[in-house]
Amino acid sequence: MVLAHGSRLIAQSFHMYIKRKQFIQIGSLATASLMLPKFLKAFENKAMVPPGNKVVVILQLSGGNDGLNTVIPLRNDLYYKARPGIAIEKAKALSLTDEFGLHPALSALKEVYEDGSLGIINSVGYPNPDRSHFRSMDIWHTASQSTEYWSSGWVGRYLDAQCNGCDKPTQAIEIDDILSLAMKGNAMNGIALKDPRRLYGTANEKFFRDVLKNRSVETGEQSVDYLYKTMAQTLSSADYIFKQSRLHPTTANYPNTELGKGLKTIASLIFSDINTRVYYVSLGSFDTHIYQNMQQQRLFTEMNEAIKIFIKDLKANNRFEDVLLFTFSEFGRRVSQNASGGTDHGTANNMFMISGGLKQKGLINTMPDLSNLDNGDLKYNIDFKNVYATVLSEWLHADADKILGGHYDSMNFI
Amino acid sequence: MFAANQLKNQHLLWRAGFGPAVEQLADLAQFSHGEFYKALVKASSKKPGYINVADNYLEGLMMGIDQVGRVQQKDLTPEEKRKMRQKNREGVRNLNIYWLNEMTNSSSQLREKMAFFWHGHFACRNLNVFYQQELLDVIRRNALGDFGTLLREVSRSAAMLFFLNNQQNRKGHPNENFAREVMELFTLGRGHYTENDVKEAARAFTGWAATAKGEFIFRTGQHDYGEKTVLGQTGNFEGDDVLDILLDQKQTAKFITKKIYRFFVNDQPDKQKMDWLAERFYESKYDISGLLDDIFTSDWFYDEKNIGTKIKSPVELLAGIQRMLPMKLANEEALIVVQRLLGQMLFYPPNVAGWPGGRTWIDSSTLMLRMRIPQLINDKDEMNMTPKDDDDQIMGNKNEAVVNTKNKTGAKGTKAIHASVDWQLYLKHFDKTSREKLINSMAGILLQTKTAVDAEIIKQYTDESGRNSFIQSATIQIMSTPEYQLC
Repeated sequence: MVLAHGSRLIAQSFHMYIKRKQFIQIGSLATASLMLPKFLKAFENKAMVPPGNKVVVILQLSGGNDGLNTVIPLRNDLYYKARPGIAIEKAKALSLTDEFGLHPALSALKEVYEDGSLGIINSVGYPNPDRSHFRSMDIWHTASQSTEYWSSGWVGRYLDAQCNGCDKPTQAIEIDDILSLAMKGNAMNGIALKDPRRLYGTANEKFFRDVLKNRSVETGEQSVDYLYKTMAQTLSSADYIFKQSRLHPTTANYPNTELGKGLKTIASLIFSDINTRVYYVSLGSFDTHIYQNMQQQRLFTEMNEAIKIFIKDLKANNRFEDVLLFTFSEFGRRVSQNASGGTDHGTANNMFMISGGLKQKGLINTMPDLSNLDNGDLKYNIDFKNVYATVLSEWLHADADKILGGHYDSMNFI
Repeated sequence: MFAANQLKNQHLLWRAGFGPAVEQLADLAQFSHGEFYKALVKASSKKPGYINVADNYLEGLMMGIDQVGRVQQKDLTPEEKRKMRQKNREGVRNLNIYWLNEMTNSSSQLREKMAFFWHGHFACRNLNVFYQQELLDVIRRNALGDFGTLLREVSRSAAMLFFLNNQQNRKGHPNENFAREVMELFTLGRGHYTENDVKEAARAFTGWAATAKGEFIFRTGQHDYGEKTVLGQTGNFEGDDVLDILLDQKQTAKFITKKIYRFFVNDQPDKQKMDWLAERFYESKYDISGLLDDIFTSDWFYDEKNIGTKIKSPVELLAGIQRMLPMKLANEEALIVVQRLLGQMLFYPPNVAGWPGGRTWIDSSTLMLRMRIPQLINDKDEMNMTPKDDDDQIMGNKNEAVVNTKNKTGAKGTKAIHASVDWQLYLKHFDKTSREKLINSMAGILLQTKTAVDAEIIKQYTDESGRNSFIQSATIQIMSTPEYQLC
């Protein structure tokens, strides 16, 4: 278990006075704050989690978000020429500089840009790009080369490295009914839930608990042991996450959308004492073959409203420095619009990095070069695996080479 | 020996098929596994019928394309295109349900199981229902035949040629995708060819294409007639020559045998047995039936360590439940939704490498849902989970696709599967079993594992108001355990 630095040590030595036995029963240092006397809890309330406890929130924009209408090259004639029907007019875009601006729905991102908490990485992709959604998403999830097929994901392998032998896989949580490939390791899997109150909402819950209780503890390697182990982890994680989510539930007014509810859950967990380092949530579908502007406007509005409150909430609770939210999509879209007021599948794309703890702000690299295309597609100049390596080694202090199965240089944004 | 024999028979039926059917219950203790295997082979010997689920509208459109010669899809109006996409999607969905029903109800269990293996081996995503049903037919027809013919027919199928971009593979502008996957995933496996072999083989496959209607065509104008060197052999090869060279390699037999061993026998490979099997498979010129005979008539297949240790795939789980508990589903869509939620939707493999299987089936979400399925059948529980969107399926037209997924299960009152189970035969089987022995007797039929959940616990969750309700509720509970996930 990774222990936080600084003031957490004080809490830790305090815990030592608590009955050792009780402690072990609960099975996690993190939950020990449940046992703190009330006055200490009150004291804790503002900065429940001491600084330094880094967290990543991954926001997947499913379907291939159109990066060029997200970060808009306001003075580039090639952009307006390629998209006579769908280009975002300069006057409507949210200008960040003379050269570029954001989609009109992304006002919260303009705000974080202005206070130095937004980084934009352009032209992110990988060699030999694939234009099929599932395949390209596979590549982003596993961090494989486009010629390889891996069955484990990069966050899952982070868990493998980080959570070897831990009793609950709560270090990586996805807000969904189904766990993404990115979250599946070779030995460990993250956990997916939509609502901590209902991890596996079922009428048969008591039966499952009895079945589990009845099973004598075995550490065998048989398939049946693996199933029981997963079941035990699920039930204990469910309890743990539920308790944690109730420790310091956020009171901020999140929008009542899927993403709003998801970020609300994430915020409540971030404010708790849970050991989660990676949160994963998706929004979609950005597959804008037709009527792009209408669809993107709707999705970005949902994204913007939710992120706006989330950032405000993190700031109010002094956690913004330690939380990195980043976005990605399986690919960008073609530079030229198609005949249906939309765009077709493309290649390289931009990523947003949002945090109070960025070292590089604003445009982290140059805008894509629209005069140097590969068959009408943007050329990538940053491999997404370099972004992952940066997050893993600089933010989560994990062994990126081992997790990614090769060395990728870190960038400097965090 | 009585119980052991029954367990072996069930083992055979789970591995060489989709589990024992309720009609077979009485036979399980009567016959030997040798006799069961003979019956399986016999029942699977007839040629399977072509499954055609495409509706008239789509057929009309496809015929139209054909009659006007080279008219491509882009000549369709946006409305026609939209409708065509939707019809194709519905078609593939119907194909899925139809084939799942075959797996459940057909007596050709061995053939359907082997076809299911090939469906994962020759994994292919294609949104065109005609191409998909054509490929399925290739796989079902050749499932028990010779691997060479199967490989050649799959390689010439429109579904695979389009999926692996061989349409773009032209002289001077090679696209290596098809050649690479044929070597890496269909025949040799990684590490048994060089990048140069891929490049050269890709040249040999130039010109291999399919018409819009799905017929194989060799576009001579796009073929590279030059000399190629593949795996040490040099010549003016065409696609078929490369396939022959690949079949010539003993490594192909080894690669296929290993995959088959892991699928049918045990996730843990046993080198000695696989080598023996591969040698015979190669000598027999890739006779698939012979390979299966070698496996299912061997003694080691029935070793304790091979029984009850494989995690059922989602499709095996769904078919298996329905074979034991025949049911009519008012909401057939639920079968699709559950496949998606559990990570195995027929005709939508995760990639060309197929479903990785084994422990990858299991995570918190999938395990808990698997154990809830029996309660869903019983309408004691309801579907409150939503699958992730599949953008390759919905193609930016979320509203079209939603009808097929979210709404039907998500709308009020339609979350239940509404299954009506025909319990008659199942209940009858236990007519002479005393009440105390019922749970153990049922567990013996339903479970392949050495251990089972304590009968006392099962009992606490049963409906004891009558004998039938007791049997039914205990069955549901036994199926809701981790042990039932194994075969």
